[in-house]
Amino acid sequence: MAVLTRVRWWRGTILALAAVYFVGPLLAAAKFSFEESDGSYGVDNYLQVVRDVALRDALVTSLEIAALTTVVVLALMVPTIVWVRLRAPRLALTLESVTVLPIVIPPVVMAAGLASLQGKAPAWLANLLFASPLTALTPFYVILAMPFTYRALDAGVRAIDLRTLVEAARGLGASWPAVLGRVVLPNMRSAVLGAAFLTVALVLGEVVISRILLYTTFPVQIVQTGQSSAGVSVALSLASLVLTWLLLVLVSFAGGRRTGR
Amino acid sequence: MTAVRMSGVRREFGDVTALAGLDLELAPGELVALLGPSGCGKTTALRILAGFERPDAGRVELDGRDVTGVPAAKRDMGMVFQAYSLFPNMDALTNVAFGLRMRKQPAAVRRRRAAELLELVGLGAHGDRYPHQLSGGQQQRVALARALAVEPTVLLLDEPLSALDALVRHQLRGEIRRVQQALGITTLFVTHDQGEALSMADRVGVMRAGRLEQLGPPEAVYAHPATPFVAEFVGTMNRLAGELRADGRVLVLGAALVAQDAGDRPVGARVDVLLRPEAIGVDPDEAGAARVRERTFLGSVTRLVVAMPEGGEVVAEVPSPAAGADVGAPVSLRVLADRALVADPLGAAAAPRPLAAAPA
Repeated sequence: MAVLTRVRWWRGTILALAAVYFVGPLLAAAKFSFEESDGSYGVDNYLQVVRDVALRDALVTSLEIAALTTVVVLALMVPTIVWVRLRAPRLALTLESVTVLPIVIPPVVMAAGLASLQGKAPAWLANLLFASPLTALTPFYVILAMPFTYRALDAGVRAIDLRTLVEAARGLGASWPAVLGRVVLPNMRSAVLGAAFLTVALVLGEVVISRILLYTTFPVQIVQTGQSSAGVSVALSLASLVLTWLLLVLVSFAGGRRTGR
Repeated sequence: MTAVRMSGVRREFGDVTALAGLDLELAPGELVALLGPSGCGKTTALRILAGFERPDAGRVELDGRDVTGVPAAKRDMGMVFQAYSLFPNMDALTNVAFGLRMRKQPAAVRRRRAAELLELVGLGAHGDRYPHQLSGGQQQRVALARALAVEPTVLLLDEPLSALDALVRHQLRGEIRRVQQALGITTLFVTHDQGEALSMADRVGVMRAGRLEQLGPPEAVYAHPATPFVAEFVGTMNRLAGELRADGRVLVLGAALVAQDAGDRPVGARVDVLLRPEAIGVDPDEAGAARVRERTFLGSVTRLVVAMPEGGEVVAEVPSPAAGADVGAPVSLRVLADRALVADPLGAAAAPRPLAAAPA
């Protein structure tokens, strides 16, 4: 009994410490974001976020990149993982190591590599790729997202009896696209949503590369806004944090509905 | 006219030979069961017919058309798997209609046909259930309906009952056979359960190490096994020491039986005589040297395990009213058959020993 009480006491203490550590700064930031220049409280900073055209443009750019990156990553990873599981299980380990590379190689190095390509590439290629942040950054983020999406999708594939489902569908006359689109993807919804969510979060948070390559994406713009007006920047960070949480709740809700039995 | 012909089909996995030149023909409307221990190649044969595996050598023909290189999606096969294979994201009706959808049938046709087939397998009222809302037996019924919905040329059953509990398994056996006969669909059924094979099939093929040991009607496979392996794999089989005589008969338990498969063994050779439990009579006999060791009442028959004086045991099944001997009682044994398969003794000591491969 005494042991149990002590365990509970410890648990409570650690929880409380963690809560202070995580929630404290958030509360401070929230208080700061609601402060107005004359010392009173109001929603001025948040209104400014909505009105700021540069921010809105940057957000649209980033959302476009996020959407395209997600589509490309899924289109590449899902068939690859299914193929490796069914036909080349020996390659699974290799694939796993390859997908970790983007974590091992610092983003700065990758950005430097891309910058040198920008300089040396023939004009038509440079125009095609680097004229807009969408075409310039998406290939990058696809690679950066690989470690996370691979793991999320691999876990999703492990959770279903892939071989049997694929063979059942093939035996009933389904083409490979139909197998993937109608059978495999719908049965790993939560994994796909998780991978998509991780990709979006990555794109909305990546500063280093886009800044080095001089593209104004949403996170870059937050940093810039923060340098001129701290209150707006903090309001923005809080708003995007809440948005992320909402997305997370949505994903786990959507994923849990079907798989839960 | 053959619906399916596999000729000289070979398949190797690494240095394991799964199929060593399989020849198999199925007549239209026939149910053939492939029976054998695990690793005998029966599942590989089925998967090659389905198109999920490519043979290293040999041909696969459907209705006289060579399909050896045709992918699974274009073979028009209906398959029921051992594992639950319904698509979890679709209800039962949509599952059954899936094959028709892939064949671009109009929605109305798909729904009507799927509903008919669910009715056929006795699940007409369960069309809106999702797989996780169905029991194992119901899932396999839906899987059967789904396989049949596309009107396949051949129905392939890959141990579809092995994940179910005994009661459901027995029910579904009859159900599958009824549906198969009603539709007259050519069926290849793979199982390691001899009860299933013997009770459902028109012909049973016993496989061993990638080859067919025997292919024939269930009664023939049971009563006249072609090889000692078949004899001991299908049903329970006793091995009793016997001696070959000059007239082609073999002497065992005081009876002279026609020796089958004796080959060119010399007269006087020591052989094992293979006898079914029901081919041995057990009589209470005060002078008998054998003793009843176990007695199991099975309803119409009683199974007696008899300890022989020279060592070893013999399993006999006698009609229950005639099973007078109690455990420990002295008995004498009698052979009720007039012919028996002979085999080389297993070990140096040719003492009688029963080999119960699997309880029949």
